[in-house]
Amino acid sequence: MSPLLSVRDLSVTFPIRRPGDMPWTRPRGLRAVNGVDFDLEPGRTLGVVGESGCGKSTLARALIRMVPATGRATWRGETDLMALTPSAMKRYRSEIQMVFQDPLASLDPRMTLGQIIAEPLRTHRPDLSGAERRTRVAEMMERVGLLPQMINRYPHEFSGGQCQRIGIARALVVEPKLLICDEPVSALDVSIQAQVVELLRELQRDLGLAMIFIAHDLSVVRHISDEVMVLYLGRVMEAAPKEDLYAAPRHPYTQALMSAVPIPDPAAERTKRIIPLKGDLPSPMDPPSGCVFRTRCVRAAADCSEKVPRPGDEAHRVACLHPGPVREEERAGAAPA
Amino acid sequence: MALLEIDDLSVTFDSEDGPVHAVNGLSLSVDRGETLGLVGESGSGKSQTAFALMGLLARNGRAKGSVRFDGHEVLGLPPREMNRLRADRMAIVFQDPMTSLNPYMRISHQMVEVLRLHRGMGRREAEREAVRMLDAVRIPGAKERIRLYPHEFSGGMRQRVMIAMALLCQPDLLIADEPTTALDVTVQAQIMDLLSELQRELGMATILITHDLGVVAGFCERVTVLYGGRVMEEGPVDPIFARPTHPYTRGLLAAVPRVDDAGGRMRAIPGNPPDMADPPEGCPFGPRCALAGPDCRTMPPLAPFEGARARACHRPIEEVRA
Amino acid sequence: MVGQAEKIEAVAERLGARAGGGRSLWADARRRFLRNRAAMAGLAILVFVALFALCGGFFAQWSNEELDYMVMGQVAELGGPSLETGHYFGTDDLGRDLFARTVQGTQISLAVGVIGALIACVFGTVYGATAGYVGGRTDGIMMRLVDIFMAVPYMFVLILLLVMYGRSITILFIGVGMISWMEMARIVRGQTLSLKGREFIEAAQATGVPGPVIIARHVVPNLLGVIAVYATLLVPLMILTESFISFLGLGVQEPLTSLGALISEGAGTIAYGTMWQLGFPLLFFVLTLFGFFFVGDGLRDALDPKDR
Repeated sequence: MSPLLSVRDLSVTFPIRRPGDMPWTRPRGLRAVNGVDFDLEPGRTLGVVGESGCGKSTLARALIRMVPATGRATWRGETDLMALTPSAMKRYRSEIQMVFQDPLASLDPRMTLGQIIAEPLRTHRPDLSGAERRTRVAEMMERVGLLPQMINRYPHEFSGGQCQRIGIARALVVEPKLLICDEPVSALDVSIQAQVVELLRELQRDLGLAMIFIAHDLSVVRHISDEVMVLYLGRVMEAAPKEDLYAAPRHPYTQALMSAVPIPDPAAERTKRIIPLKGDLPSPMDPPSGCVFRTRCVRAAADCSEKVPRPGDEAHRVACLHPGPVREEERAGAAPA
Repeated sequence: MALLEIDDLSVTFDSEDGPVHAVNGLSLSVDRGETLGLVGESGSGKSQTAFALMGLLARNGRAKGSVRFDGHEVLGLPPREMNRLRADRMAIVFQDPMTSLNPYMRISHQMVEVLRLHRGMGRREAEREAVRMLDAVRIPGAKERIRLYPHEFSGGMRQRVMIAMALLCQPDLLIADEPTTALDVTVQAQIMDLLSELQRELGMATILITHDLGVVAGFCERVTVLYGGRVMEEGPVDPIFARPTHPYTRGLLAAVPRVDDAGGRMRAIPGNPPDMADPPEGCPFGPRCALAGPDCRTMPPLAPFEGARARACHRPIEEVRA
Repeated sequence: MVGQAEKIEAVAERLGARAGGGRSLWADARRRFLRNRAAMAGLAILVFVALFALCGGFFAQWSNEELDYMVMGQVAELGGPSLETGHYFGTDDLGRDLFARTVQGTQISLAVGVIGALIACVFGTVYGATAGYVGGRTDGIMMRLVDIFMAVPYMFVLILLLVMYGRSITILFIGVGMISWMEMARIVRGQTLSLKGREFIEAAQATGVPGPVIIARHVVPNLLGVIAVYATLLVPLMILTESFISFLGLGVQEPLTSLGALISEGAGTIAYGTMWQLGFPLLFFVLTLFGFFFVGDGLRDALDPKDR
């Protein structure tokens, strides 16, 4: 079976104009996403993690053509989404839906819950009668745990968790094949996060959805994903099936990231060894040569600045010239004085 | 005597829809050199507690009860004296450092001003001290960077500057209100590391306000769990995390996924956080609690047990643990 | 699992029982507006002025064109406000009934204000929202065009127009409308830009809702508050502009009149001791302006409570 979505060499470059540039000056390019490859099977979940500025949200927006991108994104082995005209893309928009980070901000404050959930139907299924549309909206509301009598309420009358349920209902009402979740729980309270993650998993099981789950929280991603991809400055650092990646991370960045996640267990948290990152995030306008992570890596060697490491194409991909577990002396050598 | 003693503190806000009780009868104490975690979700009243004891409540907010700092009542202190206390003995670090730094002033200027005003230092001496403090929070090249403006620092560095500013007058109490929530995990790890080192070195008491149980586990000696403006459970960190005795604490710990645990699941707490404009009667957690019964319509008292621990729940411990 | 679902429902039902139907942002705003005393006073004034303009004519004993030969020539002595003569507000210098003329002037002034503001709303909103939403080069060209128009001294052009095409009320409407939409377009564009960055617009784009539909369904309804506020503040500005032009003697043509023209006449004869000729039109002029300003302020507070 061919993958649902097969992405090859996806890149996004934003033109950046400096203040004072003449209108005809060619803008400088900011590579927000750089040569990303991945395959996604139906019904599976790809977790995308990385810190702010790593390009994970841009990647999501590139896939639904909200930002211009280059490369290929083959949908069900037949259509390259990146090559479609905007009008041809419209058909596929109902098959790929998105859930956003800020639950309240992603809902139009002047619309009722019913109008919000019905909007994708009005756009993609104009053939449906008003009654049919209402039935579908009601079904979807029940499915995500919203009560029928809420249909005429406005977003500001709901809590964050409920707003995210509305956002999920809106995304799923047109029966998509792929759901892209851009940090869907990071704005929610801990106890509500678990509700939303549970709901997403349940819906995925029932509807056979594929998901791209974007988050900065490695523990949530571990919980929901089948595969995990780690991004840094727009590039894939490491990608692997979840079990492999969390049990034996091989890229120094992945290891640093994981070691930094606080563990809600005082004993474990006190004995934990953090792998430090050196310095600050480099400007994406002017990324380091060779491996983009080398300026902050505890293991950076001379060749890291010359060769760009490629992730390879095994199941566990690592874009590093010197992969492997970080040793204690490397960690100590980089620790701040 | 404890450094900070809060007794029956209530914070009420006047809103269009009537009064909102953000904090209800909260009591807690912090000893010198102690680290206390104030944990809660949105609407738990954790930040309003901090604002109340710093005298920083919004205009429509009122605080009742008693807050004694080093034996002196702080609530209702005239603004002048409160300012003095705030600058000299209690300091606060906010989630967003940009809100408390003046964007049009160099860091050096802002730091020197504080030192001259509150510690009566001369310009030269103050500048030396400011650089020393930036060194202490491990800002590389402090001597040069002190001439920069706040926006010229990265998020993590800005938070370091904030911490340095807070520590200038060597406060006895530092309140850190979600100091790392806006930061990436790797930066968060560095900042928390720095905070705990400085805390040990300077021996100041610290209240860490956060929603992140992982951060509390690494930093605090004691923890107070808040929900709906009331204390649910409090005590030393290790036993609370290992053997929570309140249904809410238990639920919260089960809801957090662990990065180091393959089999762990996120167990959701059903329901929504309480609407503080219309709070449930009795125990605020009642409507979401699996063990709730009719007696939960009255708020259970915070009852001590096992020496240093306390819990506010009608259900016996064994039933909660089961 | 089952227990959880029941819990969720129980909580949700508690919520449902409290609020019943939905409370839209408009309903919230209305509640805040009704509570605002200054705004309600402003509204009452406006209702009074509007009733005066609409129904005042039924009470007038004289028409606005009729000359009262009894008072002619002795206006200062006989033309004062009086119930006996039927000149409630007195007469003007020519012996015409000032009450009827003030009614008529208020009508014209209100019409100029409201129509000018309406043109501004419709045209400015469409123009600004389109420029802001489309963005990029289109936005650049559209807004530079506005900048260029704005740089033209409009009062000068308006006066020129009135001189060239004769003093007619149509030209006045066109002129006032022409200048008023640009400020509106700028404001609407700015608001659209900030709306465009909001996630719910992005969500609509991601779903594939076409651009014009997004503007109509998501952008404009969220701008209505700003537009309403600005429009109420624009009406008095339009009235002021018209008054200024009428004051210069270039406004509406006799026998039609406007508050500005009446004030101008009244000011001209103040030396002969006919204070009422200035006083009554001025009173209605000031009342109208105050009414609109109070209502506009109230609307702003009601629609955007954070922005105080």
